[in-house]
Amino acid sequence: MTAIAVSTTINGDDVEYLCQPDETLLDVLRNRLGLMGTKEGCGTGDCGACSTIMDGRVVCSCLVLGAEAQGRSIETIEGMAQGAELHPLQRKFIEHAALQCGICTPGFLIAAKALLEEKPDPTEEEIRFWLAGNLCRCTGYDKIVRAVQDAAREMRGEAA
Amino acid sequence: MSFDATHQKEQFKSVGTRPLRPDGVDKVTGRARYGADFNMPGQLVARVLRSPHAHARIVKIDTTRAEAVKGVKAVVTADDLPDLTNGDAALFAILDNCMARTKALYDGHAVAAVAAIDEKAAKQALKLIDVEYEVLPHVVDVDAAMAPDAPVLNDAIFTEGVTPKPDTASNVANRSEFGHGDVEAGFEAADFIVERSYKTGQTHQGYIEPHACVASCNPDGTAELWVCTQGHFVYRQNCADLLGLEVSKLRVTSSEIGGGFGGKTHVWAEPVALALSRKAGRPVKLVMSREEVFRASGPTSATSIDVKIGARKDGRITAATATLRYTSGPYPDMWAELGAMTSFACYDLENVKTVGFEVVVNRPKVAAYRAPSAPMAAFAVESAVDELAHKIGMDAVAFRIKNAAKEGTKSSYGPVYGPIGIGPTLEAAKAHPHMSAPLRENQGRGMACGFWFNFGGQTCTDLNINADGTVTLAVGTVDVGGSRASLSLIAAEELGIEYQDVKAVVADTATLGYNDMTDGSRGTFSSSMATISAARNAVEIMRQRAALMWDIPVEDIYWEDGHAKAAGSKYGNLAPLSVKDIAAESGNTGGPIAGHSELVADGAGVSFATHICDVEVDPETGSTRIVRYTVIQDAGKAVHPSYVEGQYQGGAAQGIGWALNEEYIYGDDGRLQNPGFLDYRIPVCSDLPMIDTQILEIPNPNHPYGVRGVGETSIVPPLAAIANAVSNAAGVRMSHIPMSPPRILAALKDAKG
Amino acid sequence: MVQVTLWGGLVPLADNQKTISVEAGTIRELLRKLEDRYPALSGPIKNQVAVVVDGVIYRNDWSQPLAEDAEVFLMRRLAGG
Repeated sequence: MTAIAVSTTINGDDVEYLCQPDETLLDVLRNRLGLMGTKEGCGTGDCGACSTIMDGRVVCSCLVLGAEAQGRSIETIEGMAQGAELHPLQRKFIEHAALQCGICTPGFLIAAKALLEEKPDPTEEEIRFWLAGNLCRCTGYDKIVRAVQDAAREMRGEAA
Repeated sequence: MSFDATHQKEQFKSVGTRPLRPDGVDKVTGRARYGADFNMPGQLVARVLRSPHAHARIVKIDTTRAEAVKGVKAVVTADDLPDLTNGDAALFAILDNCMARTKALYDGHAVAAVAAIDEKAAKQALKLIDVEYEVLPHVVDVDAAMAPDAPVLNDAIFTEGVTPKPDTASNVANRSEFGHGDVEAGFEAADFIVERSYKTGQTHQGYIEPHACVASCNPDGTAELWVCTQGHFVYRQNCADLLGLEVSKLRVTSSEIGGGFGGKTHVWAEPVALALSRKAGRPVKLVMSREEVFRASGPTSATSIDVKIGARKDGRITAATATLRYTSGPYPDMWAELGAMTSFACYDLENVKTVGFEVVVNRPKVAAYRAPSAPMAAFAVESAVDELAHKIGMDAVAFRIKNAAKEGTKSSYGPVYGPIGIGPTLEAAKAHPHMSAPLRENQGRGMACGFWFNFGGQTCTDLNINADGTVTLAVGTVDVGGSRASLSLIAAEELGIEYQDVKAVVADTATLGYNDMTDGSRGTFSSSMATISAARNAVEIMRQRAALMWDIPVEDIYWEDGHAKAAGSKYGNLAPLSVKDIAAESGNTGGPIAGHSELVADGAGVSFATHICDVEVDPETGSTRIVRYTVIQDAGKAVHPSYVEGQYQGGAAQGIGWALNEEYIYGDDGRLQNPGFLDYRIPVCSDLPMIDTQILEIPNPNHPYGVRGVGETSIVPPLAAIANAVSNAAGVRMSHIPMSPPRILAALKDAKG
Repeated sequence: MVQVTLWGGLVPLADNQKTISVEAGTIRELLRKLEDRYPALSGPIKNQVAVVVDGVIYRNDWSQPLAEDAEVFLMRRLAGG
């Protein structure tokens, strides 16, 4: 197989890479670009640990080919904080103890960020269904949902 | 051990607060490094070839064609892992499970492995390994495996624990028995008896991070292993034993661990990675796929349990028996025995008998899963207890309170209890607003109790006072759920300094003495003991240093609120010395200041919980929704309450999945049909409500701060609590877990006649 | 004299005694004397034993003192998750 040359945007930066035609975006991010904050839990699109945002939509990067990123804009967990300043979701996840082992956390943060960009004031049910594609085995989701609710409040400029 | 571990501290400054966890930023920014997030120069990619058969003799393996693939650097089979186990059956089981020797014993059993320069070459090589199998009859069901005509997995298994010892081999490896009194007489005295048989499906721990490691063997006999594990010291011992390495020359570093729940307590593929590295002369990275995780790691026992309980009209239980059959995968183990011990541990019984049968089957080797074996036994017993309460016409909580074990009760597994927390959790449940909240149509409420042993174990901790007065705490118990935060709180409390001035890390095997793994709910319990002990040793040294700084006798110096203080009026003008003051002078008062502790943290104390659950059962589809859920459990003392709540909530969620959905499904061919998260469905966010928690704090007399382990017990009650709730909602008694929609529909149909 | 109760699997290794009286001041002394009296117990004692003293489970701390009237059980070492 011959490698494919791809030009794309990742976390706002222009990036170029070569990848195999059958190589997933997840493998490209982790193995070629060193962006290992995106995790592999299943490789079949069932767990959401590899969630990234592609042109504004949450995708499982294990189900996207590296070649499909051509000309697109990708957001990963590494781009979520603005320099030294954490995104409100990142801060609220820590404050609410919304992570235990933390392997699912990057995926949840990415999915929750996309949710709050689309719906700044989601109901609990909307949060739960939006995040239903992200598996967490440690927390029972309680503290995750509360962290998202609290971050949403803060991002809307409401007092906690 | 000079350390006084008795409970003495009642007032806390740091313990019981909820500061931010020290590993939080790394984990929300993607910087935390897990098993698969580490690489070494020249690293190869490993792939494992697994048996497609449930039971087969390995006649021949030819690796010639695979070795010829360009880019392949090593191929290993069982021949590359010679048996060095020296008659240790448990270790041999681990070895044979890592790489099948003469027979493949389950679908997914490893038979060979490849290391190559990339995934493509490795995968291509796997296809070119020629394995000749002689397929044998298989058995996966626990009851079928016990039948006289079942295919026998191992000709050398003759049931232990029965007299006379059988003269034919079978799949029943062991019979164990516990109890006391005269159960026959007890049943004679009963006015009501409930007798029922139960089954539970096989579940997986379901950690989101697959097993992963990077192994590097050097020609000089040294080796390194980076791995996600619950116990890197245990992995070091396992790997050294199986590969014939010197323990001191194998350095194991535990990565961040993406969940374990018991499934990362012994090695799976790590010895294979080391063998590949040894053969190839290069580092090797081995990461399991999700399918491999399901087929070849983890799972809990599948069970079949009979329970009989009798009681008088006044609600007093007169006799109780249980027969428990647990699968252990293809190798004998003690899972049924654990079930037999825990079954009736919540109750004060005059006459009780439990019998456990360990059954080998063609399924993956069973590993511990959070309070291993207890949830299934509790499901059966707590279902029967509930049914009996209904039969007598008593409230389910009142019936349990009447029969609950207390201090002085002879436990069903033998010993007499000291102070225990089952009664308080039941009283708390009785008083909880959840118990009296209204229910809607098709909804039902259930509750159940759970028991787990908890334990401590070997523990070693280093506490270094740095020159600026901040503290580095090196622990050897892997942090699975926030223990670096709780242990930092403990160090801050004992030294009298700020939480922010403590940094806890998990040390690797070369930089700290041996530690047992993080299991048995022991992480915070045992490492906090060692941390308190180490801090006290450091305080002793700081008192000596203060004595030098002041030039007064050390006896005249006491430690209070993080300061050395001079006792008595003659030193009235000496301002107290803080940790920072003493640390700043350490270079000229004797050098670095540190406290160490090596101890055995025994005295964990048994643990109890009571759960309350409301469900709604859809009579059209048979699907069950959890409407409300409450966990009540004794923590002794909650060090970091948020992470105690997290343990309660997480255990409950896993129990909910087990109760309603999760199950290994095997085809007639003995192959696992659902080795993925799509078909093995664990609870997702939209399946669950908020999970309420109530932390009780009844101090553990054997811990200086009263701490108990909290990690495991929360998975014990849910199966029964949900089954009781479903029964109350739908009017049918569910005796088969998981209570999936088809099973509930079938039960509803049966009930209608 | 301490009364020590064995778990079922050990009974055949100890002349079919379920309960044994031993003069012992600590767990270590108790286990040593049991091994002396019933050599077949030495394997399990080495690898598999936890000792329950008055309801508290000890897996490692063999220096625990035993009171004259202590209730002692030998139990299999447990696995945990």
